[in-house]
Amino acid sequence: MCCTYAGTELTGTYITSRGDHAVVKLENGYNIGVPAASIVCTGAAPAVTPAVSPVEQNPDLPGVAIISTGGTIASRIDYRTGAVTSQFSADDILRAIPGLAEIASFRAHQLATILSENMHSGLWQDIARCIYDEIRRGAEGVIVTHGTDTMSFSAAAVSFMLETPVPVIFVGSQRSADRPSSDNVMNALCSAQAAISNLGEVAVVMHASTSDDCCWIHRGTRVRKMHTSRRNAFRSIGMSPIGTVEYPSLEVSLGPAAVLRGSTEPALMDRLDDRVGLLSFYPGMDASVISAYEGFHGLVISGTGLGHVSADSIRTLSGLIRDGTNVVMTSQCLNGRVCDRVYDTGRDLLAAGVIEGEDMLPEAALMKLMWVLGTTDDPDEVTRLMQTNLRGELGRCSPHGL
Amino acid sequence: MDYEAIGLKAGIEIHQQLDTAEKLFCHCPTRLRDISERDGEFFRYLRATESELGEIDRAAQEEMKQVRRFSYYAYDTTCLVENDEEPPAPLNPEALMVCLTIAKMMGATPIEQVHVMRKLVIDGSNTSGFQRTALIALNGRIPAGARIETLCLEEEAAQRIHDSTFSLDRLGIPLVEITTAPDMRTPEQVKEVAAYIGMLLRSTGRVKRGIGTIRQDVNISIAGGARVEIKGVQELDLIDEVVRREVVRQQQLLLIRDELSARGAVADPAPIPVGDLFKETKSAILKKAPCILAIRLRGFAGLVGREIQPGRRLGSEMSDYAKKCGVGGIFHTDELPAYGVTEEEVSRLRTLSGADDADCVVIVAGSRQKAECAVLQVVRRAQYALDGVPEETRKMLEGGSTAYMRPLPGAARMYPETDVLPVTVTRECRDSLVVPELLTDKTGRFSATYGFDEQLARQLAYSDRLPLFERAVAEGVKPMLAARTLLATLRELKRDGVDTGALGDDCLLSVLGKVESGDLAKEAIPDVLREVASGTGVEAAVERIAPPITSDELVSIIRAILTEREEFVRERGMGALGPLMGVVMEEVRGRVDGRQISEILKNELASML
Repeated sequence: MCCTYAGTELTGTYITSRGDHAVVKLENGYNIGVPAASIVCTGAAPAVTPAVSPVEQNPDLPGVAIISTGGTIASRIDYRTGAVTSQFSADDILRAIPGLAEIASFRAHQLATILSENMHSGLWQDIARCIYDEIRRGAEGVIVTHGTDTMSFSAAAVSFMLETPVPVIFVGSQRSADRPSSDNVMNALCSAQAAISNLGEVAVVMHASTSDDCCWIHRGTRVRKMHTSRRNAFRSIGMSPIGTVEYPSLEVSLGPAAVLRGSTEPALMDRLDDRVGLLSFYPGMDASVISAYEGFHGLVISGTGLGHVSADSIRTLSGLIRDGTNVVMTSQCLNGRVCDRVYDTGRDLLAAGVIEGEDMLPEAALMKLMWVLGTTDDPDEVTRLMQTNLRGELGRCSPHGL
Repeated sequence: MDYEAIGLKAGIEIHQQLDTAEKLFCHCPTRLRDISERDGEFFRYLRATESELGEIDRAAQEEMKQVRRFSYYAYDTTCLVENDEEPPAPLNPEALMVCLTIAKMMGATPIEQVHVMRKLVIDGSNTSGFQRTALIALNGRIPAGARIETLCLEEEAAQRIHDSTFSLDRLGIPLVEITTAPDMRTPEQVKEVAAYIGMLLRSTGRVKRGIGTIRQDVNISIAGGARVEIKGVQELDLIDEVVRREVVRQQQLLLIRDELSARGAVADPAPIPVGDLFKETKSAILKKAPCILAIRLRGFAGLVGREIQPGRRLGSEMSDYAKKCGVGGIFHTDELPAYGVTEEEVSRLRTLSGADDADCVVIVAGSRQKAECAVLQVVRRAQYALDGVPEETRKMLEGGSTAYMRPLPGAARMYPETDVLPVTVTRECRDSLVVPELLTDKTGRFSATYGFDEQLARQLAYSDRLPLFERAVAEGVKPMLAARTLLATLRELKRDGVDTGALGDDCLLSVLGKVESGDLAKEAIPDVLREVASGTGVEAAVERIAPPITSDELVSIIRAILTEREEFVRERGMGALGPLMGVVMEEVRGRVDGRQISEILKNELASML
């Protein structure tokens, strides 16, 4: 197209429109917004077919399944809207990260191309089933690419639904894949190496520091995104990371807490009850907020300090529990253990039938409760399971560190 | 040299840092720091990404020949945006306004809706791997005789400390980039245009000053040559010399091309391993190299060693290309035997590579991977020599010669910065911008209105203290007193080792005010300022250096002096005024204005006589 602007004829490619303006890419590469009425179409822009190189795999390398769900690790700019969206297939990831093909031979599944805030229980089940099938087919490890925002929810959900003898590694990136400084390459390479390591559990592999020096391996039920944008946003809470992957050597070191490869037979228990909620209490909270969970089968509360809510809230919770909702208490402190036997409030909560969530993270407790309620509706069994360590989500002793 | 005849075309790009309170895409101050003040350090690897068309930019590809680890220094005045760990803040409106003001001064048309782009830069100077830049205005004109093609607002890159280590304090400072059309035809014209644009930018009073705050890139071509961009000319005085030397370089390369063509020269692309030849060599570099490769350049003898610019040969160009692969440089038979390589080794090298006297043999040494990469780069550069002048981005060396940096970037390096929303520039906003008075006009006005001679007027207009001068005059200080104090007095104090930087505008203004109100003699200004610079308050300094003298006190001092020298006074009559003036001044040491002394002394003399 061309347009007359600033007294000269400009030629460029029409990209999109924004309000009253047409966005035009000039020959020097700059985009500018000019009045839509000022542009004249002079012909169709030459069709662009991105050069696509074939992905070559070495069948002699360990077989690893790569399951793609979307997120920043697989994001690309949509040049029409200018927004960053997830449009990568698993093949695209292999192509974008050439070093991957030297670590393992990959079988790819594209389960979704969503941003992780759109994740839901149905997809968690799809992911768990796909991983299980891959393990049965002999995969030596599985990588799940995932948006970082809710990666810890998914990692916890899969942890409960699956017993795995091989590493199941969730990985993402904090800075989009289209930038030269993206953390996607290092995270992906480290996750691939972790996926063929001696690990045997569900884990998250992400940057350990702001430098490109090392990735941490976090337990799937103990990990949390603790920063909106830093590369090393992911932290193990209530325990140390279970291992590290050095970069660029890709040397994997597993800590004493890591569950090792082959510790269990593969098993899939993929029922989830999604009538379960997570509520963060705040001072002055209207008790009707709690009433909104009437009819839910489970509710995890992220309470204050040792695990408290206001006296008002306890009355409403009490009714909720009487009507059959299983209520689990966790703490907003994230670090440390819930103890409802110290203050009156706590004792009142216990009397009302609230289950102490021990040192579980609120999100891990939510996933666990969904899974437990998918398995049983016997309140005593629910209480017993919620207070039993199943996947390293709950510790008997609280560590010193913060 | 007749530049017209050889078809010189030159354009310039001027990059000027803006003196805004905050950076372009974050809220950190635009303050430079000493690296000893750093409070964090981290490192990253960068890799070239594909453009939206699936291409990798050729300049980026060149930088990617080695995987490089870049280290960064962080400060308590930098944040996660500089670390590339937080999305950018909206485009700094203050910087946009300064940029639009400059556009208006150049008569350029602003873009109605500004879109921020990412320009791929993976030499490590940007943590993100790209530089954010936006086209702000188009098509201006300046009287110095060049069209202004574009005005862009960009973020400054991080400062390279050494090799692959960068300091983040500079990253993100707003820069205006002004690109002229290739309208200049002589080196002098290039300098004139650059000087004019520099003056125009300074007229805004909103740009940073000092070394490195303004940089010129020059685009040069001659007929039959090619467009070459020379980056980072920091001194205006060198810009014409850079143009002259580039013209010479292109002419020499064209002569070499003609000679190569006459000789039927060929750059043979097959490398020959010659490591065995140098097992016992005296050259330390070759002896320890795991891999040595040779390339035979047929018909190149004598031309690789030919000077194309002061201190630069065709061989230097080949060496620059090879260095992109991480080798230290090259050896070639035009300069051998030397560097520990013997005549005998050279002759065996020629034999092994099948070279005769008309050929030049180039060798590179390093790891196998680096040597293979480097030898291909040498062949590439040799092939360019057969065609004449390659299009390149080059960097300036001391003295005005240049070295190869990378190919000219293509359009594949630009893609949208999706984290920053477009900004609409309204007509009201454009109309409300006040165009500042040009420094050249100010110089004229100072001469005409205040009677300053041209040199003083110019010095003042271009001085850092210009805003203070205008403020002082507005507050009633006599222009000449203000100008003398702010230029001459401060300069003299600085020469004496006084820290004049410690003299704030308010202090200076207060001292000038005291002189104007008669509370301080202007003769005492240097001593008072000296005291103030050492940390004393203005009032205390005046009290210590020049406690005010009442006119009664002055009268009695003068009477005492006259009485003491009565004989002399009687002898000389009114002619004693001059010599006595000095005596009184000495006595009151700048505590009273000279005019007042002269007046009282005259009266007292008269009454004595």
